[in-house]
Amino acid sequence: MGPRLPLMLKDAGLTAFVAAALGFFVVGFRTVDQGGGKGLGFDYQLVDLAVAVVAIFVGRLGLSMAANGLRWPAIALGIAMIAAGASPMKLPSGFLHWFVALGGVLLVIRAVWPWANDAMGAAARTPSGVALGKAGAKWFGWLLLAGAVLLPAMPFADQKTMDLGVLILTYVMLGWGLNIVVGLAGLLDLGYVAFYAVGAYAYALLSTQYGLGFWTVLPLAGMMAALFGIMLGFPVLRLRGDYLAIVTLGFGEIIRLVLLNWFDLTNGPAGIGSIPGPTLFGAVFAETPPPGKQTVSEMLGIAFDGNHRLIFLYYIILGLALITNLFTQRMRRLPVGRAWEALREDETACQALGINPTNTKLTAFAIGAMFAGFAGSFFAAKQRFISPESFVFIESAIILAIVVLGGMGSQIGVVLAAVLLIGLPEWFRDLGNYRMLAFGLAMVLIMVFRPRGLISHREPSIRLHPAGSGGGG
Amino acid sequence: MAYFTQQLINAITLGAIYGLIAIGYTMVYGIIGMINFAHGEVFMIGAFISLIGFIICGSLGISSAPIAIVLVLLLAMSFSAVYGWAIERTAYRPLRGSFRLAPLISAIGVSIALQNYVQLAQGARPKPGGQVVSGGFNLFTADGFDVRVTWLQIIIVLVTVVLMAGFTWVIAKTSLGRQQRACEQDMKMASLLGVNVDRTISLTFVLGAALAAVAGMLFLMYYGVIDFFIGFLAGIKAFTAAVLGGIGSLPGAMLGGLLIGLIEVFWAGYFSSEYKDVAAFAILVLVLIFRPSGLLGKPEIEKV
Repeated sequence: MGPRLPLMLKDAGLTAFVAAALGFFVVGFRTVDQGGGKGLGFDYQLVDLAVAVVAIFVGRLGLSMAANGLRWPAIALGIAMIAAGASPMKLPSGFLHWFVALGGVLLVIRAVWPWANDAMGAAARTPSGVALGKAGAKWFGWLLLAGAVLLPAMPFADQKTMDLGVLILTYVMLGWGLNIVVGLAGLLDLGYVAFYAVGAYAYALLSTQYGLGFWTVLPLAGMMAALFGIMLGFPVLRLRGDYLAIVTLGFGEIIRLVLLNWFDLTNGPAGIGSIPGPTLFGAVFAETPPPGKQTVSEMLGIAFDGNHRLIFLYYIILGLALITNLFTQRMRRLPVGRAWEALREDETACQALGINPTNTKLTAFAIGAMFAGFAGSFFAAKQRFISPESFVFIESAIILAIVVLGGMGSQIGVVLAAVLLIGLPEWFRDLGNYRMLAFGLAMVLIMVFRPRGLISHREPSIRLHPAGSGGGG
Repeated sequence: MAYFTQQLINAITLGAIYGLIAIGYTMVYGIIGMINFAHGEVFMIGAFISLIGFIICGSLGISSAPIAIVLVLLLAMSFSAVYGWAIERTAYRPLRGSFRLAPLISAIGVSIALQNYVQLAQGARPKPGGQVVSGGFNLFTADGFDVRVTWLQIIIVLVTVVLMAGFTWVIAKTSLGRQQRACEQDMKMASLLGVNVDRTISLTFVLGAALAAVAGMLFLMYYGVIDFFIGFLAGIKAFTAAVLGGIGSLPGAMLGGLLIGLIEVFWAGYFSSEYKDVAAFAILVLVLIFRPSGLLGKPEIEKV
C-alpha cells in the first residue's frame, strides 16, 4: 500500500477541498431573518461544515482504498465512521450524526461488495442455485400477486399499512402506464402527471357538477386523458428524445398553470373538495346513508367498519393496476407493441421497414395517458379533495424514477422500485426534506452505477428460434 | 406609447438575464448534446451566494455599491463555477457513452437534490436582499406617464453586453474556444488531435456556471427577493430561449433570451400576469414544432 497511499490522500484532500468550497457559503452561512426590520443576518454553521468535510475526506479515502483492493483498512474506516456517528459525542447537529454514520455504512457496503458479489455469483452457479433462480424468476411475480391479494386479510394490516398499500399500488399503476411510453416506446415523457391531473379533474368535476358516479366516469376519464395525449402527441412526437422530454415538461406545467388559474372551472389553488368515493353496486361506504342511497354495510348485512372503504379502494387500485399490466403484456405481442420496441431500438431502420413512427408513438402516448387518466380518477375518488398542488413536476419525476430504477421495460422491476421509492420514504416521513435530497441523489447514483435499473435483464418479446429448440443457425 | 416604451425597457432587462442563463444551456448542448437540467439550480445557487456576499459586504462596512457589486460578482462566479465543475464530474462524466436518456435523468436527479439541499441549508422562506443600487432617471413623460430607466437596469444590460462580448471573443479567438468548437464538431477526432476533451467539457461547465451565477446576482438585485425554487422556472425559460434562438448558437441564446423577456413582459403587461408562464411554455412548444432548429440554428442532420 506504500506508494499508493500519498496519491489516495491527495485525492481525498482534493475531494474534501471541493466539498468545502461547495458548502462554504450555502451551508456555512445560513441566512436568518433577524426580525425588527434589521433584515437578514447569519447563523454560522462553519463548524458543521468542517465536520462534514472531515467525514467526506475519510469517506473518500476509504472509497479509494476499497477500489484499490485494500478492503480491511476501508472496512476499518467505515466502522470508525459508524462509531463516530453513533457515539454520544456531541456533533453540532443531529443531521451530522446521521451523515457520518450513513457514510460509514455505505463505505462498509462498498468494501464488502466484491465479496458479496462473488459469493452470490458462485451460489447462483451451483445446480440448486440455477434451479432456484429459474423458479424464482417464474414464480416471483405470482408470489407478489398472492401477497398483494391477501394483504388486507393479514393481521398486521392496520389502517396505516392499507393506506401505504393503496399509495404504492397507485404508483405501480402509474409506473406501468409510463413504462409503455418510456420503457417500451422509448419516449421520455416528463409531463406524465398532466394526464394524471386530467383524469383526476375529470372525475372531480363530473361527479361534483353533474352527479356522475365513479364507475361511469372512469372510462370517460381514461378517454379524456388519451385525447389529451393525442392532442399533445400529434404535433410533438416528431421531435428527438430530449426535445420531446422538455416539450412534455412544458405541457405538464401548462396544464398545472391552467388548473391553477382557471377559477371558474377548477376553483384555482383552493381545489375541489367533497368528491364522492367509489360505490359498490350503487351502495356507498358510510355509517349513515345519504338520502336515497344505501350503505354497503346495510346491503351486505355486516357491521359498519371504517376500514371497509379502504379495503375496497385497495382492491380497486389492485384491479386497475393488474389490468394495466395485463394490457401491456398482451400489447407487447401485438404488431403495434413490437413496433414500439423496434422504434425504441432504431427509428431510422423502422422507417425504412415501413413503420409509421408518428402513429406508432402516438398509440403508445395515448395508451400511457389513458392509464394515467384511470389512476387520476381513482386518486380523486380516494382523496375526496384535489388541488393543483398534487400535480407538480416532482410527481412526474418520481414516476419516471420508478420506471428507470425498475429497469426500463421491466414490469416486475416497476413493482420493486415503487415499493422501494414510495414505501421506504413513507416510513421515514419525519425526515421531511432529507427524503427528497436522498431521492435526487439516488437518481444520480442509479444512473451512474446501474443505468439499466434493478431488473436489467429483459426477456425478449419474441424469439425467432424458441429457447431450447437448438435454433440460432 | 409611453407604457409600451416602459414595458420594452423592462423586457430588455429581463431578457438579458434569461440570455445569460441560456448561454450555459446552449454551450453544454452544443458540446455534449445533453440538456443540463441542473443549470437552473446553479443559477439559483449563484443568487444565494450573491445574497450572502452582499450581507457580508454590509457587515464589513463596504458601503460603496460598485466595489460591493464587483466583489460579490467575483465571489458568486468563482464559487458557482465549482458547482458547475462538480456536477459535471460526478453526475455527467461517468455517464458519457451510456444510453441516450441517462444524462438527462441524472440531471433531473441533480436538480432535485440541489433544490432540497439549498432548502435545507438556507430555509424555505423567500430571502430579501441585494438592493444595493437604487434610483434612476426619467427618460421622458408622455400622456402623464413617466418612462423610467433605473440605474440597475442600465447595469444589468451593461454587464450582460460586456460578458457577451468577452465570451464571444473567448469562443472565437482563444485556444480554449478553438478546442470547444473542435469538440463540438467531432469529439473523437478532437481527442486524436491532442485536445483534452475532458478538460474542455469541464471548462464549458465552469464557464456556463459562472455566467449563470452572474444572472443569479442580477436577478437578486432586480427582484430583491429569492428562494430555493427560482431555478426551476428561470431554467425552463432560459432553455426555451436557447431553443428559440437555435441551440448551440451563442448569438441565438441572447436573441432568444430577449424574445422570451419581451413575450413574458408584454403578455403580463397587456393580457394577464397569471398566464405569462403559460405563454412562455406555449412558445417553447410552438418553436419546437415548427422550427426545431431555432431562429439562428443550423438544421441537424441525423446520421445513422
